[in-house]
Amino acid sequence: MPISRPTDVTATLDALAASPDADLLAGGTDLVVEVNLDRRRPEHVIALRRVTELAGHDTTDGRLRLGANVTYSEVEHDLAQLVPGLAMAARTVGSPQIRNAGTLGGNLGTASPAGDTLPWLLAMDAEVELASPEGDRSVPLANFLTGPKSTARRPAELITGVRLPRVEGPQHVSKIGPRNAMVISVACFAIVLDTTNRRVRTGMGAVGPTVLRSPDAERAVTQALDWDALTCPEDAIDAFGRACAEATAPITDHRSSAEYRRHAVGVLARRALRRCLST
Amino acid sequence: MSVTAGAHERIEVEVTVNGVPRAAEVPPRRLLSDFLRHDLRLTGTHVGCEHGVCGACTILLDGAPIRSCLAFAVSVHGRELTTVEGLAADDGTLHPVQAAFQDQHGLQCGYCTPGFVMSACGFLAETTEPDDDEIREGMSGNLCRCTGYAGILAAVKQAAGDLRASGADPRSQHQPEDDAFAGRPGGEHGPAGGDGGGEVPS
Ligand SMILES: Cc1cc2nc3c(=O)[nH]c(=O)nc-3n(C[C@H](O)[C@H](O)[C@H](O)COP(=O)(O)OP(=O)(O)OC[C@H]3O[C@@H](n4cnc5c(N)ncnc54)[C@H](O)[C@@H]3O)c2cc1C
Ligand code: FES
Ligand code: FES
Repeated sequence: MPISRPTDVTATLDALAASPDADLLAGGTDLVVEVNLDRRRPEHVIALRRVTELAGHDTTDGRLRLGANVTYSEVEHDLAQLVPGLAMAARTVGSPQIRNAGTLGGNLGTASPAGDTLPWLLAMDAEVELASPEGDRSVPLANFLTGPKSTARRPAELITGVRLPRVEGPQHVSKIGPRNAMVISVACFAIVLDTTNRRVRTGMGAVGPTVLRSPDAERAVTQALDWDALTCPEDAIDAFGRACAEATAPITDHRSSAEYRRHAVGVLARRALRRCLST
Repeated sequence: MSVTAGAHERIEVEVTVNGVPRAAEVPPRRLLSDFLRHDLRLTGTHVGCEHGVCGACTILLDGAPIRSCLAFAVSVHGRELTTVEGLAADDGTLHPVQAAFQDQHGLQCGYCTPGFVMSACGFLAETTEPDDDEIREGMSGNLCRCTGYAGILAAVKQAAGDLRASGADPRSQHQPEDDAFAGRPGGEHGPAGGDGGGEVPS
């Protein structure tokens, strides 16, 4: 297993062009598990930790860019003001040791339907930035995620970061699992009451082949909300939970049944909405 | 710039472990946990599951807890590691976190203990006055099959108080002359304090 340790994006892309089957290694919390379980035997590893352009975050033209190497700990501790919903999601990931190593780029690269940053990123209409020798492109997250653990990333491409609009308004992310820490989501829900554009944004995790949203539920609750007072009639909150649940396509597996997942995400949706309303 | 090494090549890894520069030539596939145990012969770091679940392999990387079974040794080239061997004073006096685990019966078989101790050191550096919920959350990445966790919780609470009293950075080696623990060699101090309130034993 040869390993490359590039320090910039150009060298990373060169290494990737030279061996397109190489596995990219960020925090290793998904990849090294696969290697240790002998599910993956990398032909070649390209370690990204030293690639400076993948670190940090910046804001240009009112859009926020988060580098692929940003860890959950950084989101939780340094970015809680800037991206409160993402920080809530980050706090639910694994345990401190996982959060110190695991990255946004890795969550996107793995593209699990239960990836905990993905519902919030979807709610924010995030775009995934990809670099390759052919040039850079950015792909809306909804198009980037093509199925369970499959993405639109081409073999020569590197995820360099995510871009998202800056919006004002209350947000909430919560998940359900068998215990409080160290669990993969049975259901995850993200909501942003985007007071800038006066629209409700949502994302749902672990209840379909990819993270998904319910445009119908979003539209209905957007209309039902009193945007000045940030209140919502009870029946509209209930209808919102039902509409979210109806939009899911969950599976039954060792973690949960499809019925429970659908039920749980409806409950999370109602609770998350209530948390964002002024009472 | 880029460094690439072939499959059968061995790569020189230089790290600082517990303040001491160490180096070894290892295959690229060598896990950091194996590097510590086999190449550097620091067997205090334990390996339970090797898939990121148990936390027995927890060490500090540049002061923050990570799982050494989920990192390749070559990935940490040039960085600073702290392992359980780096905590006790040179004369063997236990670090306040280690002493607290002993006082509060925070261990039975001891397999999980190095991982819990390292997690606690990283956690207490960030959270100096934790409540019970914060301790549970801070220690949530470590599993123990023996203790039932109550002793561990009490130990972290005691250590937090002791560290506040001494002002020491929990991530560095214990310096007995600098704080209230002078003259308290490992294993010889009196019965457990029990209250975990950070009282300095007399
Ligand atoms: C004990 C444990 C608990 C966990 N708990 C959670 C949890 O609660 N929620 C959750 O969502 N996840 C969880 N995970 C999974 C994992 O931590 C996350 O998916 C994490 O974000 C992966 O990031 P990483 O940097 O470690 O990725 P790596 O393991 O380094 O990489 C993951 C994948 O992404 C690819 N990749 C990485 N960076 C790039 C890039 N820049 N461009 C292209 N491809 C890239 C890699 O090639 C690989 O296929 C857990 C894992 C463990 C071991
Ligand atoms: S041995 Fe590393 S987490 Fe279990
Ligand atoms: S003391 Fe035995 S596993 Fe924790």
